Amino acid sequence: MSEAAESTATPEPPRPLWKKILFAVMEGNVVTVTVLAIFTAMVIGGLLTAFTTATVLTAWGDFFSAPGHAINLAWDTAIGVYIELFEGSIFSPHTVAQFFQQASLATAVHDGYLSAIFTPLSNTFVYATPLILTGLAVALPYQSGLFNIGGESQWIGGAIVATYLGYGVSLPPGLHVIVCVLGGFVGGAVIGGAVGLLKATTGAHEVIVTIMLNYIMADFLAYLLSFHYLMQAPGVNPVSPFIAKDSYLPHLFGPSLYVNAGFLIALACALAVWWLLTRTTTGFEFRAIGKNANAARVAGINVSRNWVLVMLIAGGLAGLAGAVVMQGTDFQLTGSAYGTYGIDAITVALLGRGKPGGVVLAALLFGALYAGAPGMESVTGTPGSIVEVLQALIVLFVAAPPLIRAMYRLRSTRAAGVTQVLSKGWNA
Amino acid sequence: MELELRGITKRFGSLVANDAIDLVVAPGQVHALLGENGAGKTTLMNVLYGLLQPDEGEILLDRRRASFHSPKDAITAGIGMVHQHFMLVPVFTVAENVTLGHEETRPGGLLDRRKARADVRELSRMYGLEVDPDALVENLPVGIQQRVEIVKALVRQANVLILDEPTAVLTPAETRDLFRIIRELKARGTSIIFISHKLKEVKEIADTISVLRRGQVVGQTAPTATEDQLAAMMVGRDVQLVVSKDVAKPGEVVLQVDELTVTDETGRIWVNDLSLDVRAGEILGVAGVQGNGQTELCEALMGLRPVAVGQVTLNSRDITHATPRQRLHAGIGYIPEDRQEDGLIGAFTVAENMVLDVFDRKPYASGIKLDLGAIANNAAERIPEFDVRTTSADNPVGTLSGGNQQKVILARELGHEPQLLIASQPTRGLDVGSIEFVHRRIVAARDAGAAVLIVSAELDEIYALADRIAVMYEGRITGFRPPSVPVEELGKLMAGSATGDTAGVAAGPGAAASAPAGPGASAPGASAPGAAAPGAAAPGAEK
Repeated sequence: MSEAAESTATPEPPRPLWKKILFAVMEGNVVTVTVLAIFTAMVIGGLLTAFTTATVLTAWGDFFSAPGHAINLAWDTAIGVYIELFEGSIFSPHTVAQFFQQASLATAVHDGYLSAIFTPLSNTFVYATPLILTGLAVALPYQSGLFNIGGESQWIGGAIVATYLGYGVSLPPGLHVIVCVLGGFVGGAVIGGAVGLLKATTGAHEVIVTIMLNYIMADFLAYLLSFHYLMQAPGVNPVSPFIAKDSYLPHLFGPSLYVNAGFLIALACALAVWWLLTRTTTGFEFRAIGKNANAARVAGINVSRNWVLVMLIAGGLAGLAGAVVMQGTDFQLTGSAYGTYGIDAITVALLGRGKPGGVVLAALLFGALYAGAPGMESVTGTPGSIVEVLQALIVLFVAAPPLIRAMYRLRSTRAAGVTQVLSKGWNA
Repeated sequence: MELELRGITKRFGSLVANDAIDLVVAPGQVHALLGENGAGKTTLMNVLYGLLQPDEGEILLDRRRASFHSPKDAITAGIGMVHQHFMLVPVFTVAENVTLGHEETRPGGLLDRRKARADVRELSRMYGLEVDPDALVENLPVGIQQRVEIVKALVRQANVLILDEPTAVLTPAETRDLFRIIRELKARGTSIIFISHKLKEVKEIADTISVLRRGQVVGQTAPTATEDQLAAMMVGRDVQLVVSKDVAKPGEVVLQVDELTVTDETGRIWVNDLSLDVRAGEILGVAGVQGNGQTELCEALMGLRPVAVGQVTLNSRDITHATPRQRLHAGIGYIPEDRQEDGLIGAFTVAENMVLDVFDRKPYASGIKLDLGAIANNAAERIPEFDVRTTSADNPVGTLSGGNQQKVILARELGHEPQLLIASQPTRGLDVGSIEFVHRRIVAARDAGAAVLIVSAELDEIYALADRIAVMYEGRITGFRPPSVPVEELGKLMAGSATGDTAGVAAGPGAAASAPAGPGASAPGASAPGAAAPGAAAPGAEK
């Protein structure tokens, strides 16, 4: 029997790095599929822009007289879109050139040429901040087997509380920021916790409840903003008063870069969620009820209590997103401030595979797309909504790994099947 | 049709699952493939059925080479397979399931339902299958669902029928019916490949037995071989089918159950005014046909099901309404009946599963912080101690074989020296080697002073382990007996007779079919709308 154990336990011989990489690519693991999905979406997005731009279409009309021209123009248009997106979201070489053209380093810094270099990246971080938080609000319950469609309602809950505390109470500067942020968490947690409580006590399905709460909260917000004795600012517009200056989230790198402390809050939350899931008994329980609620119950884990707790935390995270938008960029609550955060959260969590680290990366990607869109639109004339098409395509391909594997002829992940046999052993 | 496999070799990476296997199945014969889990039985059958391609070797049908690239090829060649897990659409009728995949149509593309029904009826009559073509599959008991699978194969003119662990899901009565059907098929010339690791059954039904071990045929024998011989061939060493143990030295009462009544959501009574006690250092074996309330008794003792009436005390502490976690903390170890559904989290690692119900206690956690190091150390210690075969403690437990999964549960529940061990069907579905191991560990726990409550539908297991036997029928204990009690007497108790004047063992399973209806209907004040429902379906519907 011992020999059987040995034969199954024989480790595979060490392989050189390039072989490992090749193996990983060929086996089509999660990272590979995700990267290829993004690439595929970009190719299709490129084709889409090339064939919907007026000048390119005209050139195709003259295809037979000047075929090279049409192809070149299509290529240039598609590449141009991506270059603009890149320059608007990560880094633009022109800004560096300008920086070095200044008379002296001191004037360059003083006149804002240094911050211009980092403006694109700063914008990306600003857009990514609420996406990280709402993405976590979907990813965390996902680990517990719950599908939180209610990022929107929880965002609104957080934004309402944070905004009210922002203009409605006066506190010392540092404290005011913290109270508003915490208030945002509480506002979202109440809405999220209600979902968990309903599921735990009545068995109401969280998908239905969260969707319905999205409507309720959106209308509740509109209601709050229509009466002056509630949250409407003086005047006729359905908007709240501006929050006090001392409740603004501080900028991280001076006034000319928008990136603020909210980004750090989001990163800290991602780290906290990772720590919670992998290093704590609470996270162990969250994951256990997600993978097999029956076995969790038999092992003494209170499933209902964990449903409430996980939705409470998730709601709080989405509420934080509302707070950081209010205190970091908007400073005022409007009837449509929640935008598409709820839906984006789901796509971010999907792309990030429900893992905190993945959520951060996915949110940064989406944040970059949003940050790059306005510049791209103004320079190339391609509608900014191409960015949303790209996002949708990415998620579409991520959601269909077999499609990506088939397109790139990757071997399907049979590795699992092999390890299964390997670990079963012979004689046991 | 004669089927021959010649030198079949199938490798998965560096692992040889089938190593040059030769096998001849004569027409009209039942050829049993006996082997432990992971011996390569299922791989071999998947090769034969076209689901896997062999790396070497060939398949001959009536001495002509055949090659199957998909199950379709195999079916065309006359090979049928009944999988361990049925491939049926629950919401379709029997006739629809049978016709699925090769639907016959009338002109105009309409389904020929009448023909499908007629086919089912015809085959059902011919082989004594008693299958109603219009019944919905989801309403059928497991035994009948299996017959539907057999009909599916027969409709496609199977001459060779592969049955993969067909008795694993059946009650003893259903098994008897299956054997009757197998004999009927055999008499009409169908060859049967019967895959199993149950020695008794193989001896009963097979004409020839091939024993597989580590991917090789290690021997072929007639059913006259003794169980000990077969077990030794399977495992590769002598196996103790009955673990030797000393006489119990019972101590204080650890678990006391007084007049316990347990109902389900619909108000049906499953445990009815039941009293028992288990002392430290003794094993109480609860025998009984499945579905007589044993599952509900265990769940109530673990706090997974509310107690309607009665009291449960552990070391003179009232735990009647304690939560599962409080009971675990109080020193109960629990081996649930369904290890994959209730005992383990398949996606969690071996190490995580080994602390699944103690992860919140020292040394695995302090406050809310998990100590991953302590969890890993625990696994590193328990894996060799409990002989768990896995390449790493970080493998998902779902990738382990059934025997190894059960060892993980044992390691968890026995690792903390429980005062009371409740084990429900602790060796169901395990192979001979693993059964021996599990039994030995349970006896060792008893000798270490634990009170042990074993629930088992296998009388062999009850006899092998119990120091005292309680027989459960319709939610009540019909009698306590010493382990020297003759099997006939146990059989009568299992059939509900405390005095021993009813039909005996043979009536047991049949009587069990109506068991849940009995107490539900007779219980005072219990609303029992479901009492008229087919009782045989109830145990299946529970899980």
